[in-house]
Amino acid sequence: MIVFELAAASIRMSAPLLYASLGELLGEKAGVVNISLEGAMLVSAFAGTVATLACGNLWLGLAASVAAGMLFLAAFAALTVALACDQILVGTAMNLVAFGLTGLLYRERFGASGAALTLPIFPPVRVPLLADLPFVGPLLFEHNLLVYGAFLLVPAVHLALHATWPGLALRAAGEKPETLEAAGYSVRRVRAAALLAQGALAGVAGAYLALAHAGTFVEGLTAGRGFIALAIVVSGRWTAIGVLGVSGTSVAAQFHLQASDLGVPYQFVRMVPYILTLVVLAQVSRARSAAPAALGR
Amino acid sequence: MESTAPASPPDGAPALSMRGVSKRFGELAALADVGLEVKSGEIHALLGENGAGKTTLMNVLYGLVKPDAGRIEIDGRPVALDGPRAARAAGIGMVHQHLALVEPFTVAENLVLDRGPARGGLYRRAVEEAWARELAAGFGLALEPDRRVAELSLGERQRVEIVKALTSGARILVLDEPTTVLTPPEVRDLFVALRELAARGRAVVFISHKLSEVLDICGRITVLRQGVVQGTVAAAATDEQDLARRMVGHSLGGLSRGPRFPVGQARLLEVVELGVDSAAPRPAMNFHVSEGEIVGIAGVEGNGQLEICETLSGMRPARSGTVRLGGRDLTRASPLERARAGLGVIPEDRTQSGVVLEMSVADNLALRAHRRPAFRRGPFRLQSVFDANARELVAKFEVRPPDPDRAIGTLSGGNQQKLLLARELSERPTALVAANPTRGLDVAATEALQNRLLQARAAGMAILLVSTDLDEVLALSDRILVAFRGQLAEVPAEQLDRETVGLMMGGVGFPAAAREEAIRL
Amino acid sequence: MRGAPLSGRLRAAFVDVAVVVAGLALLVAACGHSPREAFSSLLGGAFGSIGSIVISLLKTGPLLWTGLGVTLAFRAGVWNIGAEGQFYAGALGAAATALALPPGPFAALTALAAGALAGALWGFLPAALKVRWGVSEVLGTIMLNFVALELVSWAVHGPLQESSRFYPQSERIAESSQLAPLLEGGRLHWGIPLALLAAAALHVFLTYTSAGFRLRAAGFNPRAARLAGIAPETSWLLALCVGGGLAGAGGASELLGVTHRLYERFSAGYGYTAIAVALLGGLEPAAVVLAALFFGALEAGSGTMQRVAGIPSVLVTLLQGAILVLLVARRSSSDVAAARRAL
Repeated sequence: MIVFELAAASIRMSAPLLYASLGELLGEKAGVVNISLEGAMLVSAFAGTVATLACGNLWLGLAASVAAGMLFLAAFAALTVALACDQILVGTAMNLVAFGLTGLLYRERFGASGAALTLPIFPPVRVPLLADLPFVGPLLFEHNLLVYGAFLLVPAVHLALHATWPGLALRAAGEKPETLEAAGYSVRRVRAAALLAQGALAGVAGAYLALAHAGTFVEGLTAGRGFIALAIVVSGRWTAIGVLGVSGTSVAAQFHLQASDLGVPYQFVRMVPYILTLVVLAQVSRARSAAPAALGR
Repeated sequence: MESTAPASPPDGAPALSMRGVSKRFGELAALADVGLEVKSGEIHALLGENGAGKTTLMNVLYGLVKPDAGRIEIDGRPVALDGPRAARAAGIGMVHQHLALVEPFTVAENLVLDRGPARGGLYRRAVEEAWARELAAGFGLALEPDRRVAELSLGERQRVEIVKALTSGARILVLDEPTTVLTPPEVRDLFVALRELAARGRAVVFISHKLSEVLDICGRITVLRQGVVQGTVAAAATDEQDLARRMVGHSLGGLSRGPRFPVGQARLLEVVELGVDSAAPRPAMNFHVSEGEIVGIAGVEGNGQLEICETLSGMRPARSGTVRLGGRDLTRASPLERARAGLGVIPEDRTQSGVVLEMSVADNLALRAHRRPAFRRGPFRLQSVFDANARELVAKFEVRPPDPDRAIGTLSGGNQQKLLLARELSERPTALVAANPTRGLDVAATEALQNRLLQARAAGMAILLVSTDLDEVLALSDRILVAFRGQLAEVPAEQLDRETVGLMMGGVGFPAAAREEAIRL
Repeated sequence: MRGAPLSGRLRAAFVDVAVVVAGLALLVAACGHSPREAFSSLLGGAFGSIGSIVISLLKTGPLLWTGLGVTLAFRAGVWNIGAEGQFYAGALGAAATALALPPGPFAALTALAAGALAGALWGFLPAALKVRWGVSEVLGTIMLNFVALELVSWAVHGPLQESSRFYPQSERIAESSQLAPLLEGGRLHWGIPLALLAAAALHVFLTYTSAGFRLRAAGFNPRAARLAGIAPETSWLLALCVGGGLAGAGGASELLGVTHRLYERFSAGYGYTAIAVALLGGLEPAAVVLAALFFGALEAGSGTMQRVAGIPSVLVTLLQGAILVLLVARRSSSDVAAARRAL
């Protein structure tokens, strides 16, 4: 039964990674790399925490997270899209800002000692009928709503990119911005819109960590998940389906290592996604063609 | 459908009229008081050399460049073109020289991207592909909407561009150097399509620097030189000599080919059964360049010349075969080893692969030379030697301004190219690969560079001249090879003339399979 | 930015700093503190006494080492976001070596070298991934930051944990194995002048050597460099290995000269601040020294600010981020744009 528990936990832990990496996917498809996704999640998680404590309502907390994520990405977009600053450097700077800002406000608000906060968390919701199925029912259909949302988001993002006109414009902004511009549309606007959507998703990812996973906020709560999401997009070859596959594999590998009880120190288990990323990248990077042609420009 | 005939202009006003258009870029007057008038149903040429201001004028027309002065009227009504969107709304459709299609997209996706969203913002594949097919058929053009642009030939891509321009209801179609990337059969197809469009009442502006082509397709010709209009003439009332005089302004000083070095003594550069690394499989190549010989590789852009140059310079691995220089096998050698064996390279994309824009003239000139013992002491480099070297080469190659400390990026393209040639020749190579060495240069700089190449040949250098400029290849080469679909064929020695080479550039004389592919398009 | 007259660059840097200070004053005021008190305690903590100047210099050390490592990489056109991991690797290598060897000056020197080597290895890995497999060094260095962090965590919970097994930290380095103080009984240690020496060496390397010339050319335009016979891969490997070595030496110097123990969160984000240090210094080693001093003083002053004015010291991280944002915004069209082509 422990394996079963771990499998269900893997599904739950994939959710924030899915939100974050699908958000990053939207940005990269539009031609913008955001390495401050980590910072965006951190800021969102903090905003969600404060709002939940203030209002006592998880949904308002989630809304605050989304707003904070979008605000953070609006700043990122102002620098990278409007001012055309270097994306890697802006990302590095924005991460510092996010760590500094959340650290400062956290200590100002809750005190330097960091007495553990306790937050309500999103409760599991049984899907009627489906949850009664043997085995798969409890595995797949007894999660909180944000988990279902994450998995529904995969086909949604795929369809948005390939079966709508805005998706077409977004991909054109990442492949050949000058063509989009010549067609009379603003590449900046398309990229800014993609980044705002990314901000909303990063907001949900941040909210998930505080309000569905940890039930608390600590400094550095995101623990590198923003960077893992970045890697998932590359390893997933810039497709929504690939993102789903890679994040699932990565989380499952971690839990498998934990479950197999080989006496592997937990620090090594935590290294898995990072090392796995590098191994996958080494396998796929030679065939770079899957990357949007104008990525980073 | 949008393919209905365009509204006829009121009281016979020209479809397009530009008057007094001027534009300065800093010191340079790109356009000075330019006037252009194009009627409906007319194919009108805008003829001029590289840098004459043709592209600037068209960018003004497409709202990408804001003119300092001037008035533009469409169908007799003044318009303000402050962006591509306004230009399209005014009925202007543009087919760019470097085709602006999204390559991973399908044909239909490209057309829909340009057209704008359907109702509800959805992209329904089947619906949109049927729309695209029907649309193209309405213009008398055939398209395969479900194919990815990356898989299409350049001729097919251009057809997509034309349909794209017409889709927005363009009454004035502007084509910027449309034949540069096409084979002769593709050019014929293009001309048929353009005549059809003109017959249906559209105005076509055909931008080119090729005299014969302009005389062939256009009704009237406006010649532009250094931003100034040199007159508008009817094609029937002029000839190539007249146009050339207007376009160039003076007759060329001519090239001094100098005494022929006895060719054929030593094959310096030898290429045997070479297979280049490219997406499509290509047959192996064989050729050689002897001491004191210029061998030209002619061909329409994109027929494998880039791959040949990169393979010879060591930037691209060879799949098979052998490259020898002076008898030494260099097939797997690094660019440095090749240079040491006596190979010089003038790459095609000067600013990408040739010079380091951010570094000074002196530093750029030392990129190769800094390894010579005179340039260093132990691990340290000697700045004074860098500077002396630069002063000498700058003077010898007449670079303007003669300042070794300037960042090379602040020099004109012609002067950068001179420096590049200076750098390569100062290494005293025995063989030189030069790819489009005069592209984008003005007449004077072109002549100067071509004379340098001829001097080097007279001194015994083996030169492989790869150029899409047929005139340049004909003027400089002792022997000529033609590149076509990744294959090379030599032009027979007794037939080194325009016609033969031109025909071969279109596939004549190549194995049937290669030609078939071209004609099918 | 490089190439502009020095006075102009200095003025630009001052303007950036002034803008950031004004913004933070507002934030501090919004949190209910007195900006005046905040900045006076910050300044006092940085320069107010001999003791605080010493602390500023101590904080400058790790920032200078890592800043130089980042500078070298950026000049070669590689994005080294991994100075943090290289710093940790260096500290881990130095701790393992110093604790394994019999105490003495030999142990100190060997540990310093081992730290530099470990940092170089941590730079070599992403370099090899880039050169051999085409993996972007941005992702490579970031991922390895986390791996290094976990390795250190494992070490201080496992093989290197103090014998009492009370805290997750290593045994204290024996006094004779530490980097000796410059003055008898003082806190400043030999790692600081050594970092200045490294800055001078880096300047000489970039400006006066043939290899430095090649590295700069490859950093600006790797394609043109390659065609001219300069393999950019050599520069990338060199820049990441030596740059990693510098950051690693920084970790070792911090361990052997200041903390004398290895523990989790050993670095206060020095490797990330290093990017701000390198850019504020315009990627010129001499100016990087000044930039490191500036950020070092901030770090030093922040402790006093927290004690005196009750403002969390993490404010400084925010300050660093804000300054970096302004620097990046200012240089959007300058030499980093050129380095970007390397990607």
